[in-house]
Amino acid sequence: MQATIVFAVAAVLIVGGAVGVIFSRNPVHAALFLVQTLFGVAITFIDLDANFLAAVQVIVYAGAIVILFLFVIMLLGVDKAEDLDVEPIAGQRPIAVVAAAGTLALLLSVILSVGLDFTGGASSTGALNEVRRSTPFGSTAEPATDIRVLGTHLFTDYVFAFEITAILLTIAVVGAVLLARRPSGPLEPLPEGDPLEVAP
Amino acid sequence: MLADVHPTTEWYLVLSAVVFCLGAFGLLVRRNPLVMFMCVELMLNAVNVTFVALGKELNDVGGQLAVFFVLVVAAAEVVVGLAIIVTIIRRRPGSDADDVSVLKG
Repeated sequence: MQATIVFAVAAVLIVGGAVGVIFSRNPVHAALFLVQTLFGVAITFIDLDANFLAAVQVIVYAGAIVILFLFVIMLLGVDKAEDLDVEPIAGQRPIAVVAAAGTLALLLSVILSVGLDFTGGASSTGALNEVRRSTPFGSTAEPATDIRVLGTHLFTDYVFAFEITAILLTIAVVGAVLLARRPSGPLEPLPEGDPLEVAP
Repeated sequence: MLADVHPTTEWYLVLSAVVFCLGAFGLLVRRNPLVMFMCVELMLNAVNVTFVALGKELNDVGGQLAVFFVLVVAAAEVVVGLAIIVTIIRRRPGSDADDVSVLKG
């Protein structure tokens, strides 16, 4: 019963936040709705025994990524309300509705028809609740927490992927610095006069 | 009657499917590049819920590790994407996704 209530609260937070992101005219409001969705996802992570990921979700997503979004919104001054009534490309919204509804129907039909009848398969990496009896820090008999299991597998089986992500982050930092650097000379204006020109 | 209802893995999968399609819809509909980016984040989070739910169902640590790597890649993606948006909007204030069409050759 409690699990159902927790799931319902998280689902309402997630879906409500997602709808808010899509339909809010002001980008600042969309970012705040995104925080609501991310907190709902963190609740489901705790519900699914992924405590470490829930903490990382709140710290990295709600704490860093959304703040980065808000920072860019404030820095660029693009927090003007967007007119959602005009439809720049004819037929875009009906096609978007059809595409999203079709994807949803396909996903739901797969989930609800196939079912989860594959519990007999052998785990490819490691069990989530495995008991690590000998660790570098002494022998423990208690069930391993998720952070210990995650760390063990991250630095053994997945260490190559871990190194690759380190390289990826370095490249991203260098690329962001290069992109955001203001060039020394005067900016040459972009070509004007395309049909989708917005009023200044 | 509700007392013996427990959320199963299918519930989480259905929830994440709904959120994924909401994010896809927003990505197709919205014109503001920042809001489009937020919709991409919605889709990534929906997939993360799927990973964690199936990782618990299968008792496999790979699901949570995949979410870990998705988080790192999402952070890198947001950094580079926001830098690109900053450079575009600095050159032409008030740009939306259609104005990026000037990049075509």
